Amino acid sequence: MLALNETWYLVLAAMIFTIGSVGLLTRKNPLVMFMCVELMLNAVNLTFVTFSKALDDIAGQAIVFFVMVVAAAEVVVGLGIIVAIMRRRQGANADDISLLRG
Amino acid sequence: MNLIWLIPCLPLFGFLVLLVAGRKLGDPGAGWWGTGIVAASFLVVVKVFFDLLALPEEERSLTQTLFTWIPSGSFKVSIGFLADPLSILMCLFITGIGALIHLYSIGYMKGDEKFSKFFLYLNLFLASMLLLVLGDNLLLTFLGWEGVGTCSYLLISFWHTDPANASAGKKAFVTNRIGDFGFMLGTFLVWVTVGSINYADIGPAAPMIAAGTATAIALLFFLGAVGKSAQLPLSVWLPDAMAGPTPVSALIHAATMVTAGVYLITRLNPIMAQAGWANDVIAWTGAITALVAASIAIAQTDIKKVLAYSTVSQLGYMFLAVGTQNYVAGVFHMVTHAFFKALLFLGAGSVIMAMSHEQDMRKFGNLRKYLPVTFATFMIGWLAISGIPPLAGFWSKDEVLAGAFNAGPAGPVLWFIGLLVALMTAFYMTRVVIMTFFGSEKWRLTDAPHEAVESADLESEAVESMDLVTASVAAADHGGGHDDHHGLSPDHTPQESHWTMTAPLVILAGLSIFAGGINLPFGSDFKHLERWLEPTLAYEHELPPVPVLVLLAFAAIAVASLGIFLAYLVYSKHKIAAKKIERPVLAHAWYIDETYAKVAGGPGEAGFQGLADFDGTVVDGAVNGVGAGVLGIGNKLRPVQSGLVRSYALGISIGGALLLAFIVTRMNL
Repeated sequence: MLALNETWYLVLAAMIFTIGSVGLLTRKNPLVMFMCVELMLNAVNLTFVTFSKALDDIAGQAIVFFVMVVAAAEVVVGLGIIVAIMRRRQGANADDISLLRG
Repeated sequence: MNLIWLIPCLPLFGFLVLLVAGRKLGDPGAGWWGTGIVAASFLVVVKVFFDLLALPEEERSLTQTLFTWIPSGSFKVSIGFLADPLSILMCLFITGIGALIHLYSIGYMKGDEKFSKFFLYLNLFLASMLLLVLGDNLLLTFLGWEGVGTCSYLLISFWHTDPANASAGKKAFVTNRIGDFGFMLGTFLVWVTVGSINYADIGPAAPMIAAGTATAIALLFFLGAVGKSAQLPLSVWLPDAMAGPTPVSALIHAATMVTAGVYLITRLNPIMAQAGWANDVIAWTGAITALVAASIAIAQTDIKKVLAYSTVSQLGYMFLAVGTQNYVAGVFHMVTHAFFKALLFLGAGSVIMAMSHEQDMRKFGNLRKYLPVTFATFMIGWLAISGIPPLAGFWSKDEVLAGAFNAGPAGPVLWFIGLLVALMTAFYMTRVVIMTFFGSEKWRLTDAPHEAVESADLESEAVESMDLVTASVAAADHGGGHDDHHGLSPDHTPQESHWTMTAPLVILAGLSIFAGGINLPFGSDFKHLERWLEPTLAYEHELPPVPVLVLLAFAAIAVASLGIFLAYLVYSKHKIAAKKIERPVLAHAWYIDETYAKVAGGPGEAGFQGLADFDGTVVDGAVNGVGAGVLGIGNKLRPVQSGLVRSYALGISIGGALLLAFIVTRMNL
């Protein structure tokens, strides 16, 4: 019988994280890239909660709240930047925005 | 109520007022203000002097600490003043002569467009000088030491529109730097050895200093003294310093600042007592300087230059005295010399004023008819410096010579050199007196072709080598000072100076006569100065037994009379041609300046050019090379910053993956 132990959760988190990172590397649309970052963050959150439960330590869950709050703040800033860019140049992708190259 | 702090602060206050309101006070208001504030300082010194006198002998040392100046860990320096017999004696004659010379300057500088600035500098000078003397630690003394150096520079080049004056000031400043270097290193060494730079701590700690260290400290401070007091080999700046106004020559370059070196050595006498052969170095330097400078003075034609070399020579006497650890004689001669040399300089200034700023003695003559007061006082100064009893110079010079005679096996040699100097001193001073005040009125002669050729010779020589040193030599040969507007026409009638100038002359003449009374060699009851200074001296000097002493005194009198007689034969009776004595080598000051110019301008300049090249290529090359290398690497690495967010993300991912792989493989999970 398959027991639903923490390994499952960890494997799921690893898969989500991989999807997120591969999406970040391959997609050019800044909005999609942004969503991929969110995926990666939530994958990490999932591992935190898993270990918190397994080790019976509430600190892991507390950290998850911090991550979520910081991620929310980061989303506000990031989306603001993306909206500002989109207003200036229609249909821009991430590779076009390379003014800071050396 | 302790008033010591007022002594240097009054002239400083005078300086500040002149700084703000000098132009408003104008001529002569600024002069009276400056004179008054220094006279007030003198009164405070007298008050403190009597306070000290009222104390029992062993307690005659008042210190007053105002505040901590530099608190730095265990190194702490306070602004504190030390009034003991030595420093108060110095203050007495510094402020006393200072006030007289301020008064004299009111007359001398009359009509000068920078009148108030002159008194501004003079007040600042006196404040620095008093700080030098009263400071209770080496650093405060050094502050005053630098202050007087700066004021000396400013006042030498007071008429700075003439480039020669400016370069004379620069020469004095640069030469003094060499000495200051020794002073600083000496201070550091004292700090390392004793752990304090307060005189109050150095005195008791001095006997514990190892002989080698004490010798090093003594030599370093002596280097400072050599610079400030114009001893060989750093004597070259003082004759050129005559480019400044005459009151400056009298105050700074004869009476006060140049004696700072003697004061310093005397102040550090507890260390000198341990310093062994360093004392011999001091004594011999003094003796040789005295001899060389006196020989140069014989052949100078500029009245101020004769007095300048005479000052160098007399300072040599003082170092001869302190080098033979005969500090009382050194200080005694310092005091009497301050009186009679200030008198001679001010007298010369009065003559120069009367002769429309001409300084060449060959154009003087018979001035006793026109300048009676100047003549009478100058005669007293002449007798005093020549060593004729009972004037002040005789007693102090005699004590220096007697002390030198008794100083170990080399003593008689030092004494003989001193005697030779006494002979020359009497000779050249008589020469000045005869050329200036007696004989025919030579400025009335319209043409003097021979002399004109000679001076043109000197000038062209200087122009050829446009070096700082030679240029200033030429400046001094040229007469220095603001005598570019020579107005000495053949029908010129000299006139006696204003009372503000003659009054100081009369007072100083009185002091030159009677100052010997402070330390007469007739037994301990008469040696007021020796008893006064005793608490500050670590070492007691033995004078020779009385019969020898009397014999030495008679030898000195005989030699002085001989010098005067010889000069009388040469310059008044013309029995001996002056040319035979005034050798060119003496007129050119033994070519010391020219040698310095050659060495500094030839190998010296080449050496420093080499150093500059080394700095330019190797040192700068290394620094610039590092910069260029970093820039090159940066240029190569620039493409890494592509600006593409996704390539950065890839970099982070690969890095993270590698880190993970590293942890997994190495941690044996």
